Amino acid sequence: MNARPHRRRSTGAPPDSARLAPQPGEVIDRNRSLPFRWNGERYVGYDGDTIASALAAAGVRVFSRSFKYHRPRGILTASYLDPGCTVQVDDEPNVRAGARSLVAGMDVRAQNAWPSLQFDVKAANGLVAPLLTAGFYYKTFIKPQRLWPAYEKVLAQFASGGRVSEDTVPGYYDKRYAHVDVLVAGAGPAGMAAALAAAEKGARVMLVEDEVETGGSLRWGGAGERATLHELRAALAAAPVEVLVDSVVAGRYDGNWISVVQRGLPRVEERLVKVRAGVLVAAPGLIERPYVFAGNDLPGTMLGTAVRRLVNLYAVRPGHRAVVLTANPEGDAVVEDLRRAEVDVACVLDARKGEDVRRALGRGGLTAVEVADGRRIDCDLLVTSVGWTAPTSLLNMAGDRPWYDASAARLRPSDDLPDTVLAAGGIVGDGTVQELVAHGRAVGAAAAARAGFGTAAAPAPLPVRPHPALFRSSTHGLVDFSEDVSSKDIIDAAREGYDSSELVKRYTTATMGPAQGKLETVNTVAVLAEATGRSIEELGTTVWRPPYAPVRLGALAGRKFEPVRVSPLQPWHQAHDARPLVAGQWIRPDHYGDPAAEVRRVRERVGVIDVTPLGKLDLRGPDVPKLLNAVYVNKWSKLDVGSVRYGVMCAEDGVIMDDGVTGRLGPDHYLMTTTSTGAAAVWEHLESLLQTEHAEWQVHVTPLTTAYASINVAGPRSRDLMSRLVEGLDLSAKAFPYMRVRTATVAGVADCVVWRIGFTGELSFEVHVPASYGLHVWEALLASGGDLGVGPFGVEAQRILRLEKGHLIVAQDTDGLTRAYDAGLEGLVKLDKADFVGRPELVWQQQRGATARLVGLQPVDGSLVPAEASQVVRDGQQIIGRVTSSRMSPTLGRSVCLALITVDAAKAGSLVTILLDDGRPIEATVLAEPVHVDPEGRRLRV
Amino acid sequence: MFRIPCPYCGLRNASEFRHVGELRTRPDPQSATPAQWRDYLYGQRNVADWSVESWYHTFGCRRFVSVERHTVTNEARPVAEAPSAGQTAPGSASADSGAPDADSTS
Repeated sequence: MNARPHRRRSTGAPPDSARLAPQPGEVIDRNRSLPFRWNGERYVGYDGDTIASALAAAGVRVFSRSFKYHRPRGILTASYLDPGCTVQVDDEPNVRAGARSLVAGMDVRAQNAWPSLQFDVKAANGLVAPLLTAGFYYKTFIKPQRLWPAYEKVLAQFASGGRVSEDTVPGYYDKRYAHVDVLVAGAGPAGMAAALAAAEKGARVMLVEDEVETGGSLRWGGAGERATLHELRAALAAAPVEVLVDSVVAGRYDGNWISVVQRGLPRVEERLVKVRAGVLVAAPGLIERPYVFAGNDLPGTMLGTAVRRLVNLYAVRPGHRAVVLTANPEGDAVVEDLRRAEVDVACVLDARKGEDVRRALGRGGLTAVEVADGRRIDCDLLVTSVGWTAPTSLLNMAGDRPWYDASAARLRPSDDLPDTVLAAGGIVGDGTVQELVAHGRAVGAAAAARAGFGTAAAPAPLPVRPHPALFRSSTHGLVDFSEDVSSKDIIDAAREGYDSSELVKRYTTATMGPAQGKLETVNTVAVLAEATGRSIEELGTTVWRPPYAPVRLGALAGRKFEPVRVSPLQPWHQAHDARPLVAGQWIRPDHYGDPAAEVRRVRERVGVIDVTPLGKLDLRGPDVPKLLNAVYVNKWSKLDVGSVRYGVMCAEDGVIMDDGVTGRLGPDHYLMTTTSTGAAAVWEHLESLLQTEHAEWQVHVTPLTTAYASINVAGPRSRDLMSRLVEGLDLSAKAFPYMRVRTATVAGVADCVVWRIGFTGELSFEVHVPASYGLHVWEALLASGGDLGVGPFGVEAQRILRLEKGHLIVAQDTDGLTRAYDAGLEGLVKLDKADFVGRPELVWQQQRGATARLVGLQPVDGSLVPAEASQVVRDGQQIIGRVTSSRMSPTLGRSVCLALITVDAAKAGSLVTILLDDGRPIEATVLAEPVHVDPEGRRLRV
Repeated sequence: MFRIPCPYCGLRNASEFRHVGELRTRPDPQSATPAQWRDYLYGQRNVADWSVESWYHTFGCRRFVSVERHTVTNEARPVAEAPSAGQTAPGSASADSGAPDADSTS
């Protein structure tokens, strides 16, 4: 804790302490300085820097504190996966500093450190590490259970990631569809060559690269690699290949549906590209594997590829005095890079000759290395290049199961892939740059051929060179850097019986951190193999699942495309202070200020309501009666032209599905209405019958819900009002009685459909007006009825009115188990019809008798309105049903309810108990009919 | 996302369709026993094999189409081209076949 890392006082720009002289492959623009802040102090980097490289160039070594033990962490991989380089940037937490390009003005802060990066109180966790062993959550904080909220509060402090500001404005996320013949994932030498070869064959090609530039390992290679890189880039620029950099192939799904997340776009946070690819070429290359030994997470200990990136791309000297452990040619190349970067290479340990490190020493940062032979070498940089992990994720998503090749000491893809997926490059095998390019070209040509462009020979597999198997030294160190899981934890877990790859993963959380196993999977399995005496082959690895890299939820959600439906009368409603009610996709007027007054207006004078969302289906053809007989439980064969009937639809299980009225407008012409919410489902239901069961019926169904604006004119004075606007139609009770339908001209609008029906229980006329004239007719109704006391009413008033009248609402007063007889519809169901949808179930229900009953309930104390869904109980506790609808009735001055209760409690006049929200029981009387107002129906028949 | 061959619209994303269920025949409502009717309503074969299914092309032609789909690989093919249900076809019309064919690498 007292080992202070290098830090520069903020006296303007800090000196470029670790920046080297220009390097041949560097990607920074030294003419463009970018000022930024790190933990509040001013720093300067260059355009082209990542946040991590800019900080490293300024001499910063400690970037974060680790997740569990709050150990100081520095650069490990200098890439997207770097577990120690997760930082807060402005309002954005969990930014990968190893990959995020530096932008002028960034406010970068360390995460997970309190009160400061240098002095972290929580690092005391390191002292109690023995208590925080594998599965400590499962063991330590279990008992007593009542203390869990306290534990949770403290643990949440320790496990904090970044900060999310509540003021953050959500960014703009985008989506795009793409259709390509060949998609190449990874723009290293093999991927670039594959894209070029496929394009030469004429295929449409997309090349996707996770980093900000194409090139892969060529970028940080020597002169030969750079020459090849320039050739490939020039060829790509001239080829018809769409190249997406700073983009990641996140997943591969059925039918080569591939999700690509594109970053770094102007004014777009992230874009999700949904690609349908003929053939996918997976060329992700290899990921360097960390080595497990004591102190392997000390700042100053890093991988060979991290050094090569820092030196060659960003001209950063990674240390002053180095020890290198190498097991492969790439590790040998690190030594060359270090010498060029003026780093004093104190010792090169060749793992191929059995040389090894034992532990890294230092507090807060590396100060020395203890070698296997016991030597102690002072240094501030320890580089390991001990092996590779093949990121086979995309291939696994296509069905491949990786297998462990012991001679190469890495997992390799099997050949168990569909024809539409190919692998290329380092994931397949090893080779020189030229061999990788040749292999990539062969795979690209084969991919184009499979997508239908030319012919190509099957690509020859790349050879795989032997590699020593190095996973853990003689000491214990971290296996999972993101989750702070050590090799000791894994061995302990195995001892406790968690001895398979999947169990160890879940118990220790190894591989479950942000790196998602790309750094730590193989070491986890290798240590487990050591602990259990089994081989890596036997244990196998865990399954890689999408996404390949973390994806922001915003990218998946995209922009909000939620349709909102409003009636053509909506401008009037808005201008008249209608309170909106969201009903599915519809926005409707709930009321205009006083629903009780609206109810009284309808009962005493006349009101108008916008019922446009009502489902309307135009049915034409000679076989419409057959269709109606099939979908409704009642009979429809003898409906005269101009007549209307109420009908209830059940599904094949006898459960009530929808209700509404249907009128016959002409010999072969009917208009069906459905509930507002059921409009789409009923249409589909009719189509299902007409397309599958009864393809021989001649019926054509046209949905007209939004083709008409629908207005219900209700109240004792509705006829007076209508007569002022209707032309060519006698509105008298004799000429146009209840349950009839006519077409007429209303307020000068021809071809309106006028119905005499009434959901409210009052004399009422429902007018369906061609939609574009809806507002005109609505305004005409209100303008010409001032002396009659006309006014608008909303959905709330209508619900009260219909409840007073006892009209049920499907899916409110019924549920997914309510069959026709439960709702008291025995008068409607006609079992003498040979068949209709749901008939067999209703036959059996009629034989057995219904178990539930929809009844009207009258609370004894009429001032109490039990909330909807209140329980109805017997003997104080046995639930026998629930209140489905309840309101205070302005007409009766007392509360009215509908309830669905068991049949044996539904006897008229009997008392039941309703439990109020606060648990208080109240008494209510069961009514003979579920009707509170005008049971005889006189008011609507006048 | 797998694709479904719509006989009216061609090969389309499965997300355009609603899965209705396994294709089944409605029993005679006059003679069906409760057990037969229940099986019609709720019984599923749920095979790990080719299954003849009904799909509704909601965001397309709005036709109910019958499709044969392999429930393990999600390969889908028109019923007309398929051999009798429950039998694996030797060669498939789908592009995403898991079965090896002539120009595979192996």
